[in-house]
Amino acid sequence: MSTFQIDFGESKKQIIGIDLGTTNSLVAYQGLTGPEIIPGEDGHRLVPSVVSVTRGGKIVVGNEARDLLITEPERTVYSVKRLMGRGLEDVRDELTLFPFHIAHGSESVIQLKLGEKTFTPPQISAEILRQLKRNAEAFLGEEVTQAVVTVPAYFNDAQRQATKDAGRIAGLEILRLVNEPTAASLAYGLDKRKEGIVAVYDLGGGTFDISILRIHDGIFEVLATNGDTHLGGDDIDNLLLRIALEDIQSEWGEDLSANGEAVQTLRRAVIDAKEKLSFIPSSVIDLAYNGKTYAREITRDLFDKLIAEIVNRTLLPCRECIKDAGVTVDQIVEVVMVGGSTRIPLVRKAVEGLFLSKPHTELNPDEVVALGAAIQAGILSGDVEDQLLLDVTPLSLGIETMGGVVSKLIHRNSTIPASATETFTTSVEGQRNVLINVLQGERELVKDCRPLARFELRDLDPLPAGMTRIEVRFLIDANGILNVTARDARTGKEQSVDVKPSYGLTDEQVEAMIRESYEKAEEDFNERQVREMRVEADAILAAVEKAKRSDAFFELEEEERKAIDLTINELLMVYHSGDHHLIHSYVDKLNQVTLKLAENMMNTAVRGVLKGTKI
Amino acid sequence: MLPSLASDYFEFFGLAPKLHLDLDQLQKRFYELSKVLHPDRYQRKIPAEQQYSQDATALLNDAYRVLRDPLQRAEYLLKKAGFEIGEQRSKDVPPELLEEVFDLNMALEEMRDGDASARPQLEQARDKFHAMRDEIDARLKHLFVMYDAAPERETLGEIRSALNRRRYIRNLVNDVEKELQ
Repeated sequence: MSTFQIDFGESKKQIIGIDLGTTNSLVAYQGLTGPEIIPGEDGHRLVPSVVSVTRGGKIVVGNEARDLLITEPERTVYSVKRLMGRGLEDVRDELTLFPFHIAHGSESVIQLKLGEKTFTPPQISAEILRQLKRNAEAFLGEEVTQAVVTVPAYFNDAQRQATKDAGRIAGLEILRLVNEPTAASLAYGLDKRKEGIVAVYDLGGGTFDISILRIHDGIFEVLATNGDTHLGGDDIDNLLLRIALEDIQSEWGEDLSANGEAVQTLRRAVIDAKEKLSFIPSSVIDLAYNGKTYAREITRDLFDKLIAEIVNRTLLPCRECIKDAGVTVDQIVEVVMVGGSTRIPLVRKAVEGLFLSKPHTELNPDEVVALGAAIQAGILSGDVEDQLLLDVTPLSLGIETMGGVVSKLIHRNSTIPASATETFTTSVEGQRNVLINVLQGERELVKDCRPLARFELRDLDPLPAGMTRIEVRFLIDANGILNVTARDARTGKEQSVDVKPSYGLTDEQVEAMIRESYEKAEEDFNERQVREMRVEADAILAAVEKAKRSDAFFELEEEERKAIDLTINELLMVYHSGDHHLIHSYVDKLNQVTLKLAENMMNTAVRGVLKGTKI
Repeated sequence: MLPSLASDYFEFFGLAPKLHLDLDQLQKRFYELSKVLHPDRYQRKIPAEQQYSQDATALLNDAYRVLRDPLQRAEYLLKKAGFEIGEQRSKDVPPELLEEVFDLNMALEEMRDGDASARPQLEQARDKFHAMRDEIDARLKHLFVMYDAAPERETLGEIRSALNRRRYIRNLVNDVEKELQ
């Protein structure tokens, strides 16, 4: 059999960086000279995170949808990030403030009603991702299938998982979730001379994060992170909106709060007045509606008084973060400001007061996260070699033990990937399964922590109580998402783990949503599966071709080398078959026959760094 | 799993199992290993390499977390030497503290019931426990040096007792500080 010679290095596709924000989203890519924002077809760099279903059933995203928010409030949704990975009971308070139209049957997963259709929050986010993907494809002139997406550092497991689900639904493989402040630090640290301890204060539309990092020799090591996933500019808008609605009620004798169109028009006026107050000492909230007018002057003094409590709420997480990082304020050489809300003078003043130094505001706070995501995309593709992010998990992970107490396995601010192994045993003779309740949070009692998932170990050998010992490995991966594997300590056999996420979608539900999104689309679902499998095949073929040029390959037995070559050829034969199962089976086979090669590669890498370092 | 990467934390870092470590050196090694092992560097590699990279980096991070903290480092060495350690043992009151702890619990009870007159007593207790903790820390330091010079099992036994005592006192301090806040 002849060997195909294909240079897969040439087909290297661009990985895009996405800031999927509460208020606005952006997409960027790593260009030859550095990261760059990709504008939309309308020329705007910011894509409002607003999705609307028109009366014709068309889905629109961005500025167009933002305009529909006023005329079609019942068919339009914004700030959906607040609902990602959340249960109905978590967001009950929000529902009074946001015009989310919750559909029936939202007990396990929230369903939003937009006109006649219902969507889960990941489906809405998927529409935003699709728009950004389209923008990138139009700009780059090539298909884009992979992305780095940023999330608030303080996002929990369910919120991260929901974001990943959104990517899957949108047909965009999210290679990495990066924490927003960390991404910002990458963009900020572009200047190679930056060294030392840096704090990133990130106050966006709906979330607040604070991270403290050590930057040294291209390594961005997060020491600690803290935050609040429900604190941001939205809260200020809602505060002003409430005041304006009360004013109007007393002036006009009319309650507008149930009138979607009026509320959204007023909300635009409120945001406008708020944004102006960052630059001028006084502005006006004005509304003209149904022949009546309302105008209210807000001075910056009054504004500062109104928002003082919200701004103060960011300071406690900052203090805790400094403490957890094990640093003192005077060790922090610089404070970087990220997120649109950091334009507010009172916010800057508060940060300066706490960190005792003038915060950095020269970077565009709306764009810096997306730029950082693009750099991280460059790191993953191998284009950026001199930088590396070492991030942490924001919340402790534990399991339920006797008496409803949480036993912590992985502490918050542990560098990820992080792992912990725990042995479980049966308490009754013949017991066939063990239920493990995993929680996230800092409190001691189960009822005060957030349920993450229940893992069930099933089909255990029926043995006397205590004889079965199952080693369960909890691993938080580089995305901050939990993976669980188990094995029988006695037999060494892999043990299957059944996962029931406490919040969010099951794999089957995500699959169904992907199918659903293709029902009406021009593209065939099968075609997409084939295409995605070819992307996977391309990736492994390129990786194996590269590995074949290394010493590790020649350390293999001749048989092993032959098996690899044979499988490469087999995979190439089925590559164009149009049968994604078939392609998958040979990708799997190539995976299997390269295990030893991978191990050799890894050992060579590690030996290299440890050589001659023994003390 | 990683059949050919060392699972021992010290070995993984290429270090001798000592209780005193040069932290700058440890950090330097951590960064070097991270640059080689981190999953970000394996995105375009064979899937099996990606898996190894993730497992190896998890091990690296777990090891670094333990080794950079002198107390966790000592506990790790004890565990490796077959000593049993853990929260359970720290719940037993050291006999010489029995009376002290009894009085303290009374005072804590009063504070919780809203009686602020116990405050001075608690503050006194806190200062005393701080002093005790410092004393234990000095003793541990001494024991660490002793062990590194001559790794005797007996020394490890003494280290374990000191660590348990320390953990007990730390829990007391935490309780007191929580009430004083």
